[in-house]
Amino acid sequence: MPIPVDTYRLPNGLFVTLSEDHSAPIVAVNLWYHVGSANEREGRTGFAHLFEHMLFQGSEHVGANEHFELVQRAGGTLNGSTWLDRTNYFETVPSNQLAVALWLEADRMGALLPAMTQQKLDTQRDVVMNERRWSVDNQPYGTWWERLPALAFPPPHPFHHSLIGSFEDLAAASLDDIEQFFRTFYTPDNAVLTLAGDFDPATARAMIVQYFGDIPRGAGKPPLAPTVLPAKFNGWRREVVEDDVMLPRLYLAFRAPPFGSDASYAASVCGAVLGMRRGSRLHRALVREQEVASEATAFTFDLSKGSDLLIVDVTARPGVSVERLEAAVAEQIDLIRDTGVTTAEIERAVALIETDFVKAMQSAADRADKLSQFATYFGDPALVNVQADRYRAVTAESVNAFARESLGEDNRLSLIYVPRAGEAAA
Amino acid sequence: MTTAPRPTPGIPRDYAFPAIERSQLSNGMRVAVAHLPRLPLVTVLALVDAGASCDETGREGAASLTISTLGEGTTRLDGATLTEKFESLGTGLMSSNDWDDATTHIAVTPERLESAISLLGEVIRSPAFAERDVARHKAQRLAELMQQQVEPRGLADDKFAEFLFVPGSRYALPEGGSMASVRALDTAQLRALHVARYVPGATTLVFAGDVANARAVQLAERAFGEWNGAALPPAKVDDRVIDSGRRVHIVNKAGAPQSELRVGHGGVPRGHPDYFAIVVMNALLGGLFSSRINLNLRERNAYTYGARSAFEWRRGAGPFMVSTAVKTEVSEAATREILIEIGKMREEKVSADELSLATAYLDGVFPIRYETTNAVAEAIAIAQVYGLGDDYYTRYRERIRAVTADDVLRAAQSFLHPEKLLVVAVGDAAAIREPMEQLGAGSVSVHEAPAEDGAPA
Repeated sequence: MPIPVDTYRLPNGLFVTLSEDHSAPIVAVNLWYHVGSANEREGRTGFAHLFEHMLFQGSEHVGANEHFELVQRAGGTLNGSTWLDRTNYFETVPSNQLAVALWLEADRMGALLPAMTQQKLDTQRDVVMNERRWSVDNQPYGTWWERLPALAFPPPHPFHHSLIGSFEDLAAASLDDIEQFFRTFYTPDNAVLTLAGDFDPATARAMIVQYFGDIPRGAGKPPLAPTVLPAKFNGWRREVVEDDVMLPRLYLAFRAPPFGSDASYAASVCGAVLGMRRGSRLHRALVREQEVASEATAFTFDLSKGSDLLIVDVTARPGVSVERLEAAVAEQIDLIRDTGVTTAEIERAVALIETDFVKAMQSAADRADKLSQFATYFGDPALVNVQADRYRAVTAESVNAFARESLGEDNRLSLIYVPRAGEAAA
Repeated sequence: MTTAPRPTPGIPRDYAFPAIERSQLSNGMRVAVAHLPRLPLVTVLALVDAGASCDETGREGAASLTISTLGEGTTRLDGATLTEKFESLGTGLMSSNDWDDATTHIAVTPERLESAISLLGEVIRSPAFAERDVARHKAQRLAELMQQQVEPRGLADDKFAEFLFVPGSRYALPEGGSMASVRALDTAQLRALHVARYVPGATTLVFAGDVANARAVQLAERAFGEWNGAALPPAKVDDRVIDSGRRVHIVNKAGAPQSELRVGHGGVPRGHPDYFAIVVMNALLGGLFSSRINLNLRERNAYTYGARSAFEWRRGAGPFMVSTAVKTEVSEAATREILIEIGKMREEKVSADELSLATAYLDGVFPIRYETTNAVAEAIAIAQVYGLGDDYYTRYRERIRAVTADDVLRAAQSFLHPEKLLVVAVGDAAAIREPMEQLGAGSVSVHEAPAEDGAPA
């Protein structure tokens, strides 16, 4: 059953999607700003994410830490996240608290700067540095998500640099940067607002005009550096990293068509045939039959700008050398490229993708986020209702065409983690 | 720019937790159904009283290995074929266990329910436990333990339990077992555990989603009816803690940029009558983003990305534990703040305003927790495991609202024990040992990351 979609735009450019569902007395409010780490200037890696933290530090009419407190007092859940090319902010609240959520979002979109102080910036800078230590520096394989994009997107590609940022660049961020970033990117015409759940459309529309209507349009944002890349890596680069890990791990990446194109659905299904769940080829061959891997998955990132990546992520079993692991993975990749997939494999993959999609759409927060995603990237949130059809339209022929074209040795990138000398688990 | 005044909430709309229809098959298996026809999806969850608590001494990890190997094939279908059959129905078999139960669940569209549940019945009733699959899952658990030696979060949790509970307590070892105990497990032991514990008398089948009660019961009867066995008495865990006052254990991770800190002591069993007061007290102490500990460590001092406290709820008394990861240089200062916040919670009554932060949140967020068929099925399972009764979810919100500031103070004074706090820090011992000795939180001992048992083979 389709998800209801009603869209309109305020005069200041804010794109609004309303999606009613009265099955529970709750409503999700979701905002995507079309800005991410890709929009950072040189010397400011990590700034888009640091800025996301600052949006929880209050605004003209909201005290420090009050944003979290007001939503939680309302019985709501909330958070935000920063990605390469977007930043989202979201809360799910009891439906009688919709006004509070909208008012809070509008106050920080319209009037963030009066609340910004050096002390708040210094605190959040330290919090983010601790987030970096926790998720990247003090975690086995934690640097993979920095190293892989750095290799896959050569400079000056805007996805090349670190999303969480370097300590040096985080240290350099100033209040002037906050002001400039806010004025450039946090404008209603660079955002989409989605409501999903239990609300009265007429009331919601009136609230949205009341709270967001007077926020002025922005002056436009500078274009991203070009994101278009050759369709393939044109080679096979292999990077080996010695790290504080016990077992070797291989990330094998392939350049793939950008999310949204017909070919991207074939690439995504190919990823699922290879590495989604235990019935996938890699799990079956490497974990179950050959027993060379302890885990094996594959997936696409679903990047919609320029090109996407299909990534195979395989961890060795104790005692298995990285060379043996690499050879076993390559054998599976060559096999799918050379002999293709069966219709039954496609059906398994599509059935799993469809169930996951229905499961996710039960949640108001997930529905709102998906609607915002399609609104931001394609200007059309109703695309959420054709996703199942697009996956179902994938055939063995289209997957095989992708595999032949994109899984060859001329389109591979290996990022390999090995235990530091002396720590090897033999 | 908005000049609109701060809005006030409207009138809340009613919400009722889904009605649960219960029945029992003639073989003793319980069936619970929540009919939610909103979307074409059904979650089926098989709950078996076979959690880690039932592991015998020396065989720790057997219950976990049993449930993880369960889906690897039946006496009729090998593992690859079985997996393919489930996944072609658009569902993966998800199996897991905690201390008090083992669960296997699937989520499928209604037209695939009949095929899926008959496979599920086969998995629960007649798993193959092929030698090779058992060996593979054992090796995977050992690989996980090996990797954990350099993964500070999991290592800190496991070490906290090891230093907290008396030797020999099942709670002192991880749910999945230790290197030594897992190495000693064999196929015969898993088969024996399955025969004894996976019986209809110890099983509840929960349906949540687009299926009516009569149909669900009929499908359950067809898939599980020809199966026999009465439940064993529930396992009883020795949940005593080492009673040696305040002490600090440092697990060395040379050069680590952060210390993973765990601070706490023994907690209380899930069935405790003060449960709601403890939940509200803990929310204020460290359960919410706006809790005292998180605001102190993160927003005031910027020592960490986040800090939280929790009582781990089990049939026996699980741990009470504050968890955070802090920059190495502030390990002592951050621990000191945690000790101060725990102490303050016992000293004076919280204000009405602060109390309402927790009660309003827990009351309001209730309907948001049960949006999905999986969440409803899991909630029904939890009520079953802990004997919470059928009115538990219908009365939950009023019982949260009834908690007073006096209740919170009494819960803090009764269940927080500053004089018994155990501190575990996984971090750079060379850098943090001396500062931690200045802390006055008891004797400091330093341990190398697991060597004897965890040494790479």
